[in-house]
Amino acid sequence: MPDKTITIRATRYDPEKDEKPRLQSYDVPFYDESMVVLDALNHIKSHVDGSLSYRWSCRMGICGSCGMMVNGMPKLTCNAFLRDYWPRPIVVEPLNNFPVIRDLVIDMDDFMHKLKSIKPWIIRKQEIPLGAREHRQTNEQIDDFRQFSECINCMLCYAACPVYGLNSEFLGPAATALARRYNLDSRDQGLKERLPVIGGAEGIWECSFVGECSVVCPKGVDPAKAIQQTKLDTTMRFVLPYGNRD
Amino acid sequence: MDFESYDVLVVGGGLAGLRAAIAAVEANPRVKVGMVSKVYPMRSHTVSAEGGAAAVMSADDSYDTHAFDTIKGSDYLADQDVVEAFTREAPVEIIQMEHWGCPWSRNPDGTIAVRPFGGMTTWRTCFAADKTGFHMLHTVFQTSLKYPQITRHDEAFVTKLLVEDSRCVGVVALDIRTGRFDAITARSVILATGGLGRVYAFTTNGNICTGDGMALAYRAGVGLKDMEMVQFHPTGLPFTGILITEAVRGEGGYLLNSEGERFLKRYVPNKMELGPRDIISRAMVTEFEEGRGFEGPHGKYMHLDVRHLGEKVIDRKLPFMRELGREFVGIDIVTDPIPVRPVQHYMMGGVDADISGETPILGLYAAGECANVGLNGGNRLGSNSLSECLVFGAAAGRAAAHYASSAKPVTANPVDAMLWDEARRVEAEYLEKKGGVERIGPIREEMQLEMDAGAGVFRTKESLSRLARNLGGLRERFEKVKVDDSSRTFNTEITAALELDFMLEVASSITFSALAREESRGAHARRDFPERNDAKFLKHTLAFHTNTLAPRLEYRDVKITTFKPQARTY
Repeated sequence: MPDKTITIRATRYDPEKDEKPRLQSYDVPFYDESMVVLDALNHIKSHVDGSLSYRWSCRMGICGSCGMMVNGMPKLTCNAFLRDYWPRPIVVEPLNNFPVIRDLVIDMDDFMHKLKSIKPWIIRKQEIPLGAREHRQTNEQIDDFRQFSECINCMLCYAACPVYGLNSEFLGPAATALARRYNLDSRDQGLKERLPVIGGAEGIWECSFVGECSVVCPKGVDPAKAIQQTKLDTTMRFVLPYGNRD
Repeated sequence: MDFESYDVLVVGGGLAGLRAAIAAVEANPRVKVGMVSKVYPMRSHTVSAEGGAAAVMSADDSYDTHAFDTIKGSDYLADQDVVEAFTREAPVEIIQMEHWGCPWSRNPDGTIAVRPFGGMTTWRTCFAADKTGFHMLHTVFQTSLKYPQITRHDEAFVTKLLVEDSRCVGVVALDIRTGRFDAITARSVILATGGLGRVYAFTTNGNICTGDGMALAYRAGVGLKDMEMVQFHPTGLPFTGILITEAVRGEGGYLLNSEGERFLKRYVPNKMELGPRDIISRAMVTEFEEGRGFEGPHGKYMHLDVRHLGEKVIDRKLPFMRELGREFVGIDIVTDPIPVRPVQHYMMGGVDADISGETPILGLYAAGECANVGLNGGNRLGSNSLSECLVFGAAAGRAAAHYASSAKPVTANPVDAMLWDEARRVEAEYLEKKGGVERIGPIREEMQLEMDAGAGVFRTKESLSRLARNLGGLRERFEKVKVDDSSRTFNTEITAALELDFMLEVASSITFSALAREESRGAHARRDFPERNDAKFLKHTLAFHTNTLAPRLEYRDVKITTFKPQARTY
């Protein structure tokens, strides 16, 4: 079998030396149909240029580390198969809409703050003691929030979101979906505490319902739906009489 | 160069580390907790655990049964007092996780559901579909955000433990984003850095599982316990090593050889697919050797068949497996069998720690996969590890908080000098070194292939001796390593070099511990010593770091309370 190769054009940027990012080309052996873009990056780092920087870990689509722009689309590189691109070259860039720290590494501190701001934990007026065993919750009640709990924080939805691209104050898809995850959990009573953040000016009302977030989500989460549902919920709370708002 | 000072510093942000951090704060709300992790906590490898977490949840189960299953599974190398304490605490921790929001799968009455798992005589594995680790990690991480006492240092790589007068007083950490070295001082330090699967080529473990905490403790003088006990999971996807959960067999999946036969009837006739991992992995390799494996582009494999379960059960109980099959193999497990073969998965061995996570160094604790508290012995039962992270993470957090509240403060003076020395060491060895000729990648790849060949499912004196020699050669080559990347900003080549340094350390501890255990017990299967030898080896191996490749080995009796060792058949 002739030795097949594929060209990877990867963003290189070292803020200590470079004024702006550039693309560098590498020819990578493409020896197995199971190879993914991440395998190609690992080949480059191990055998060609040890200075190429990017994040990765689980290579099974669950840790959320390896999101990058692959030919202009936000993708988990562990799950972007070379065979789907070959023989054309593949352009690998850092995720859109984020500051770049180095090469393919984005700064996601903003999301970490937003995540905390929506209070992603169970809030109860009164905690039940451990001795009282578990809250009863049916699988159907879990189905109410299940998809929103599947978010792996990979940031692909933020990279796809045109609103976040224009206004990084926007709470954005993943954080809204996770707020929804807790608001819909039968064990949680924290809606009122989360509303000021998710219903505030930089919250859900910024969303123009392009829906790209849901298209690029690798885990089948539908943040666009979370945002629309939250808009409805928030509105309903204002039209309901006092006393019915819990 | 800055100092940050904490009462409790947790190294590692996976399930054990996060549980420890919360436990420390809840034990004493005035405790200031730091957490340093080389990745954002939700990237930790807990995220990849699939099948479930074991605990006695129903009235017809008992602590004794869970303890006996665990001890028999360990091939009697577990410390029985530790196992007994574990079985009593595990249900409390499962309920705690439920209160924190973990979406446990449920029974029709809304109580937490359990599923069968390998080596367990009854159903006691709690699960969140087949993404249990993912849901537990995100639950405990998100819950940790509500504690203002916890300060995180994300993406910081610990290069050394600060030990002064036999007391651990913090760590030196490289801030990956800026390249700056910091001394993070603390009255107590908890290692919760996870496993070391990346010393092997074919592993379920993520790129970050490089044995860092084990190597840190080893170099600080703590023994590594039972490092020969490496678990090979029976069902990894060929090529990628992606884990196919044991829950597939728990839910009724069959393992079939190339003759379409449920071959486990020859090995574990009473348990079949629910036998323990060590025995099933050996059975698979034996079948391969006898010519009854499928031949594929990535070596021999077996079929794992769930087609008879039907789409509804698969989508309810094993949706992630269907997704993994579809995306990474191009099959639909509803209509196609899954190709699988044994794959390195878990490290029973680890930092010598007791039931509270205390190590022999004052102020230093360890929990989770990086620790060996004596729970898993020679072979861990599936679904005991997530529970272990909770139970012993919490225990270490409480013990560290308690110790810290009475410990003397850390003095800046010696710390300053230690920080300076360590920063200079790393800079001289990697960043500023001239004349290096070796690349990190090829040395790492060779080490991984050598470990697969020499310290895999079956070992011999010959395979291990060759491995020891070759690791020596790789260490010599590593001394001549060159680093292309001179940047201070997010230099992942430096971290790769530091990780390889750690991996070479723990790999040699595995090799020499395995060489010296001249018997077969649990996951340690010596072809030249096929029997268990209780007279000589009902003991823990302790490997101590020396100035040569070979550690100094000591042995310690196993704690037996209730269950006398007997033949291990299933």
